[in-house]
Amino acid sequence: MTISDHGEGRVVRVAGPVVTATGLERARLYNVVRVGEHGLVGEIIRLEQHRAVVQVYEDTIGLRVGDPVVDTGSALSVELGPGLLGSIFDGVQSLLTHGPGGAPAPFLERGVTRRALDARRHRRVHHSVEVGDHVEPGDEVATTPETATLTHRILVPDGVSGEVTALGSTDATIDDPVVWIDGEALGMRTRWPVRTPRPVATRLDPTVPLVTGQRVVDSFFPVARGGTATIPGGFGTGKTVLEQAFARWADADVVVYVACGERGNEMAELLEEFPKLPDPRGGGTLMDRTIVVVNTSNMPVAAREAGIYTGITIAEYYRDQGYDVALLADSTSRWAEALREVSSRLEELPGEEGYPAYLPARLAEFYERAGAVRTLGRAERTGSVTVVAAVSPPGGDLSEPVTQQSLRLAGTFWALDVTLAQRRHFPAIHWSRSYSLYDLGPWFGSRTVDDWDAQRRWAIELLAEEERLGNLVQLLGLDVLAPAERVVFQTGRILREDFLQQSAFDEVDAFCTLDKQYWMLHVIRHLHERLIATVTDEIAVEHMARLEVLTDVARMRSWLPEEAEDRARELVARIDAEVGGAP
Amino acid sequence: MRHPPLYVVELPTVSGLAGPLLFVDRATGAAVGEVVEVVAPDGTLRPGQVLEIDGERAVIEVFTGTRGLDLASTVVRLSGEPARLGVGTGLLGRILDGSGRPVDGGPPPMPETFADVHGAPINPAARLHPTEFIETGVSAIDGLNTLLRGQKLPIFSGFGLPSDELAARIAIDARVPGEDEGFAVVFAAMGITHRQAAFYRRVFSESGRMHRTTVFLNLADDAGIERLLTPRLALTAAEHLAFERDLHVLVILTDMTNYCEALREVATAREEVPGRRGYPGYMYTDLASVYERAGRLTGKVGSLTQLVIVSMPDDDITHPIPDLSGYITEGQIVLSRDLHRRGIDPPIDVLPSLSRLMNAGIGKGRTRDDHRQVADQLYAAYARGRDLRRMVAIIGEAGLGEIDRSYLAFADLFEQRFVSHSTRRSIDETLDTAWGLFDLLPAAELKKLSPDLVAVRGAADR
Repeated sequence: MTISDHGEGRVVRVAGPVVTATGLERARLYNVVRVGEHGLVGEIIRLEQHRAVVQVYEDTIGLRVGDPVVDTGSALSVELGPGLLGSIFDGVQSLLTHGPGGAPAPFLERGVTRRALDARRHRRVHHSVEVGDHVEPGDEVATTPETATLTHRILVPDGVSGEVTALGSTDATIDDPVVWIDGEALGMRTRWPVRTPRPVATRLDPTVPLVTGQRVVDSFFPVARGGTATIPGGFGTGKTVLEQAFARWADADVVVYVACGERGNEMAELLEEFPKLPDPRGGGTLMDRTIVVVNTSNMPVAAREAGIYTGITIAEYYRDQGYDVALLADSTSRWAEALREVSSRLEELPGEEGYPAYLPARLAEFYERAGAVRTLGRAERTGSVTVVAAVSPPGGDLSEPVTQQSLRLAGTFWALDVTLAQRRHFPAIHWSRSYSLYDLGPWFGSRTVDDWDAQRRWAIELLAEEERLGNLVQLLGLDVLAPAERVVFQTGRILREDFLQQSAFDEVDAFCTLDKQYWMLHVIRHLHERLIATVTDEIAVEHMARLEVLTDVARMRSWLPEEAEDRARELVARIDAEVGGAP
Repeated sequence: MRHPPLYVVELPTVSGLAGPLLFVDRATGAAVGEVVEVVAPDGTLRPGQVLEIDGERAVIEVFTGTRGLDLASTVVRLSGEPARLGVGTGLLGRILDGSGRPVDGGPPPMPETFADVHGAPINPAARLHPTEFIETGVSAIDGLNTLLRGQKLPIFSGFGLPSDELAARIAIDARVPGEDEGFAVVFAAMGITHRQAAFYRRVFSESGRMHRTTVFLNLADDAGIERLLTPRLALTAAEHLAFERDLHVLVILTDMTNYCEALREVATAREEVPGRRGYPGYMYTDLASVYERAGRLTGKVGSLTQLVIVSMPDDDITHPIPDLSGYITEGQIVLSRDLHRRGIDPPIDVLPSLSRLMNAGIGKGRTRDDHRQVADQLYAAYARGRDLRRMVAIIGEAGLGEIDRSYLAFADLFEQRFVSHSTRRSIDETLDTAWGLFDLLPAAELKKLSPDLVAVRGAADR
């Protein structure tokens, strides 16, 4: 089959990333086309009687009226198979790491696409079926080790079922057949159109948290595996640092990091560090479990729009193999702006803030591809895709459409606060405005300790009380507070500074185990209760601020995880000794 | 900009003129981004560029303005080439106008090669993470918002604040400790006044660094639309110096607010759907195509660092221009009118300022082992002092305890001694100044400093 079977048109108009062509009457909506002499990749986004409107994923400089537009006959899709892990792609899955000489090309040239998967590499194949077995969509026919820790499952694709009629070689490339089903060869490689969610058997209730090692997240506002979270915040509030901390520490089998319209230098940091850092779950390096889809802000705007779909399709592919996948998107605002830019070039009527009226629908389609699922296939595997999406509201104003629509969809909301960021309170997640809608208390209760949830509620309520008192103090001074209120005031400060603040750059503090989180909070609560019992007059109030144990409380963050419980018990004893008031 | 000798097509079919735009019919063969030359009725030549093509009609932006053009006799010549600049080390020591023509009385510079002024996006996978510290000699930057090679850092300023002075100071004083060679400055001015231009010229010539400097000048009374070209020319020249000639290039762009006004002017003339405050919806992407040209590349010696001046209209940091800039750049240095009024110079407000890349460029072997902790402690203590200042305004200083009063004193001296200084400081001097200020606070309050560090430094101080 040659490409021209599908038709060739001509450019009649070029406006930014949007090209209009005639002569593509037979093309289908969302088919991929190649435009101009460089063969720039584009996608048909609108069909009219004589014209096709194409969004081009590369810079359109140099295009002329009359340039060819060739229909490839297929929708925008990604290549899936073993070898994706550790790769760095652009928004339309062209490999960025291998240039002509093997090293990455310093600048991106147009019309150059590089295959996502290495076709020459031989892989060891372990068959899971025998000749004569009957297989259904989603059934595992073979496995191959993809990395030191992850076994790649080769599954029967959707729409295929029948009898295994032959087995392929146990040493194969991605293009070699693994099995034959009713005489049809099935290889390791498959394609999937990015705008179509991959099918599942059933969706499950998310009940297990995605542990991130970030205290304010895990203890206060956790996100479930298969859930969705949104992080809106103005610039400098730490969205990217937080997303990268999740990429590093989140308890997921696979991490898909979609850097959408963001900074090249920050990506460089991740790309340089991840291959050197060990995976906290053991095995290889962090890069071995990571797939990066990156379209920095200066790369073509339409490919930015596609990148998020490329990312989530890859995430679903690993979910279908029974893995827990975290998809980190930074930032969905840039994706929405790409939508807006293309929409305005199409001269569509603008909705709120110039965004197209279909923005909410598109956002919903994206967020709803997250989920904990039972996969297709008779093995009843479970897997999940958790979506954590950053939002960059203009001027830090959370009333703008992308933030508001994201809030409508996401189960966890981490509100980043400019004032906290300016005081270098990081992560700058504000405790009184953030929330988590996932009921994960039972899981924490069963896995850690019974009073996890009670302790959490105590801390959040205390901070609310501290905020109320803070407003009073701003107006009237500290003197108006009763001794017990002074205790609340001090405990609030300890919670904020010594528990919620966490340094992403400190070796020990960057990751905090659930156990350590529990014991730190336990110590603070214990101290609070002793102070409430003993601080009853002004002299005690003065004394309270000078307690020696406060210094040790401030240094709990540097406890090693395995010694957390012992050190907490020891500190509790010293609090009792110094403060008194033991029951 | 290069003017190719052979013009392939001449079009006498101008069908419309609107603001900076020219519409020409029967423009078959025109390519998007192609350079054109517009022949005015009086015979003068004006450079332009094809923005959009629709059937046989092309939309052209005329960089030196459309005043004096007509429909009857104006002619458009297509060049068949994208906008390119002759680049090379011959540009060093030269002063050019906003379109790249010499205005220093010298001959046209001899180019080594020609480069597309739009550049190509840097492959994110080929970037080197910036880690090399640039000592600017300004404490509030070196100590708290460290600038690294390959970084892009804007100065958010207000009208009347000394942003030019700060940029000039950095251009002269900046160096990498232990190195002095291989450094160049490319300066691009968009829409600055003759007064500002004279200031910069004087500074560069007095500094003795003019032979390592290239200046592009688009003045306030030059055509507004030329401002869209000027930063791209500067960056194209700088990319060549950095990535082909192994120089460490500091690009200073001033003032991006004027650039954005020009962008809005073109968008309005094209009757595009306006975004926030009338600026086009693609302003983020457009600004990114300028800012993201900073960086370091694998396998290349040189680097391209950007220092960008952005004026905040009405001192409003949420205005679309500083807002979108802040989302692209790696931090920001914010100047404060309040500090300026109180004689703090440079009036850098460190609380909203930020350098995102700082962490990779400081510490042992780069600046000093105590740098991170000192910076954290300065921030924490100053932020507390500023909060208390607000409180004192309402309840008076008498309502404060002893510890709180020490924080107030700390905040005052921090501004007067650490932020404000007129002579160049080395990083050691910057950090030592900070240690001097910590003495104002009770030892138990210095929570961001590790006990070991306090012991060592305390001993050293004594």
